[in-house]
Amino acid sequence: MSSRTEGALAHHFETLEQQAEAGALGMWAFLIQEVMFFGGLFTVYLVYRTLHPAAFVQGSAHLPIDLGTLNTGVLIGSSLTMALAVRGAQLGRGKNAALFILATMLLACVFLGIKGLEYSHKWHDQLVPGLNWNPGPDADAHLNLFYALYFVMTGCHALHMLIGLALMVVVARKAWRGGYSPGNFLGVECLGLYWHFVDLVWIFLFPLLYLLGRHGPHS
Amino acid sequence: MVLIHEQASLMSEHGHVLPLRIYFGVFFALLAGTALTSWVATIDLGHLNDAVALAIAGTKAALVILFFMHVRYSSKLIWVFSLAGFVWLVLFFVLILADYETRVPVQGWG
Repeated sequence: MSSRTEGALAHHFETLEQQAEAGALGMWAFLIQEVMFFGGLFTVYLVYRTLHPAAFVQGSAHLPIDLGTLNTGVLIGSSLTMALAVRGAQLGRGKNAALFILATMLLACVFLGIKGLEYSHKWHDQLVPGLNWNPGPDADAHLNLFYALYFVMTGCHALHMLIGLALMVVVARKAWRGGYSPGNFLGVECLGLYWHFVDLVWIFLFPLLYLLGRHGPHS
Repeated sequence: MVLIHEQASLMSEHGHVLPLRIYFGVFFALLAGTALTSWVATIDLGHLNDAVALAIAGTKAALVILFFMHVRYSSKLIWVFSLAGFVWLVLFFVLILADYETRVPVQGWG
């Protein structure tokens, strides 16, 4: 969110277009770094799943496929409302943008609520490695690896959503008060890019955690 | 310079603001992809399950990047940036797997 100019052009840029392009490029550089961050986690997943496929099949089969699918739909919906918020800002409709950001926040809260419900079920089933772990006698010896990855990956994703929610409060306030204009809405655009990235991560997390391995090699 | 400026302003006036039907079209395509991937997971395709799930996820990701993130309508530089991270990631995966998939236990080394 580098744009602090109140509808003005920063002195080191020649045009608003150049300023917007530089801002978006900077946001993409940040997102590449985020790809690297989650890429590390996906690599751990890849290696451990290669080494212990049976544990991942068993772990994946415990996750609720219906809640996972529902949550994917909710997050895709929040991406749509965020895209519409950016469109509103592009057209100079600040209040419209603010309301769509508010809708995005509501959907994000629904997602986090469902996620919390899943976490509480895992706690109840004693499937939280390190804190409350008692998977029973039939569990694969490496089942804890799957659940550790499940909590770290979805936890990092949820943390990104919480950060996104905080940013949305700031940007929605500014949009509501007319702080953006059709040529100068970098804050909304970068927030949009960030939120779509959060959606992208989940698009891969959902099949890798909830779906993959359901029909892999059964132990 | 003037030409570049004119091109840029034209883009922000016309090319950038997408019609609503594109956003809703992408939204429904993403929902359809989600339903499809959940349904396909219940069918046993052997090793193909992984490939199908990742192909659907990759398609969904491409839709989000190209349309929701506007990369389809952005400059070449943004194209390069958006691709760089994923290309690097694929390289990373391939090299890691090339290691783990070719490891053999050595006799006498525990």
